[in-house]
Amino acid sequence: MNIDFIHRESFIELDGRERAHSLLDAGTARELLGPFDRVESPWLLMQGVTPQADDGCVVMKGKIAGQAAVVIALEGAFQGGSMGEVSGAKLTAALDLACLDCEKGIPTSAVMLLETGGVRLQEANLGLAAIAEIMASILALRKYAPVISVTAGTVGCFGGMSLAAGLSSYILLTREARLGLNGPEVIEQESGVDEFDSSDRALIWAIHGGEQRYATGLADALVEDDSQQVAEAVRQFVLRGVPLVQRSSQVSLYRERIAALDTSRQWDPMELRATWGKSGDEKEKQ
Amino acid sequence: MEQIEFDYPAKRRVTGRAHVGVVGSGDLEVLLEPRDGNGAHVFIRTSVDGFRDTWKAVMDRFFSRYDGTVQIQINDAGATPGSVLLRLEQAVEVSER
Repeated sequence: MNIDFIHRESFIELDGRERAHSLLDAGTARELLGPFDRVESPWLLMQGVTPQADDGCVVMKGKIAGQAAVVIALEGAFQGGSMGEVSGAKLTAALDLACLDCEKGIPTSAVMLLETGGVRLQEANLGLAAIAEIMASILALRKYAPVISVTAGTVGCFGGMSLAAGLSSYILLTREARLGLNGPEVIEQESGVDEFDSSDRALIWAIHGGEQRYATGLADALVEDDSQQVAEAVRQFVLRGVPLVQRSSQVSLYRERIAALDTSRQWDPMELRATWGKSGDEKEKQ
Repeated sequence: MEQIEFDYPAKRRVTGRAHVGVVGSGDLEVLLEPRDGNGAHVFIRTSVDGFRDTWKAVMDRFFSRYDGTVQIQINDAGATPGSVLLRLEQAVEVSER
């Protein structure tokens, strides 16, 4: 569904806190460990980097479609939304508390708003450990309630956090979003400009872009950059509950796809859609 | 990375608090809270060294019009003086909503 450009309310233009707020039922949102609690990174100051009072991770408890839910938003503008010790612990704890509530008989979904480059390099191993914990917590929670990843842009979701997205029950993207393990600049740095020209924006979106990810079956919904559409798509996933088959459980499906790919020649993104898609059928888009 | 503190005379009691902005390139985060006792206190952490005089000029201007007994924390990632003043005014607006 296309929305009049003038009258839509952009989701991408919202900051992390506003995004989290916009997904929860009106009047139910309550922030946990907000900026005034000043739980910030102890490591950035030592390296001459200004910390942020919430460490770039907003945790908001409330309801979605009348059901208990927690929304965790990573603030892409702060250190590229990177995961440090504190932001990682906040995300993990939010997922674990949701899991505890589920075990107590209160089904609680989690929505992760991922605008992140992955591990925060200044916190190195602590960031890596945090992402491992996040992934373990997603695996625990997704048995009880849906874990929904939303990447809208403009940062995208890369590195270790793309694995977290991959483990979630549902992935929601916009056309502006990018999702991938290695970002364009990392690929170019490691394998050369012939492999991937990170200055070629059309190429980047053809490979990592939300439309391509959706069309190749690696995402569950593709929506316009519109707050109402994003919120409605999230509501639908919450109501749908735990999927019958989790994407990341389909190991043999993805192994066979890779094995069947003739890598002796260069594939282009449209061919991949035709081979792996979902077909990119317009009617399937929300 | 530099830490700067200022104190200003202030008498008017305020009750609201406000958090605005983000520590992103060219932007800053402002946390404004009511403070017991007289006066206002400002604590700044900035990624750009050597601009103490500029910070003082911006704060002098802000407190020439604002008299709330507050503590203000600023986490700055290289905002221009104009952006700083706008964020401060936004924080006041949010705190008095």
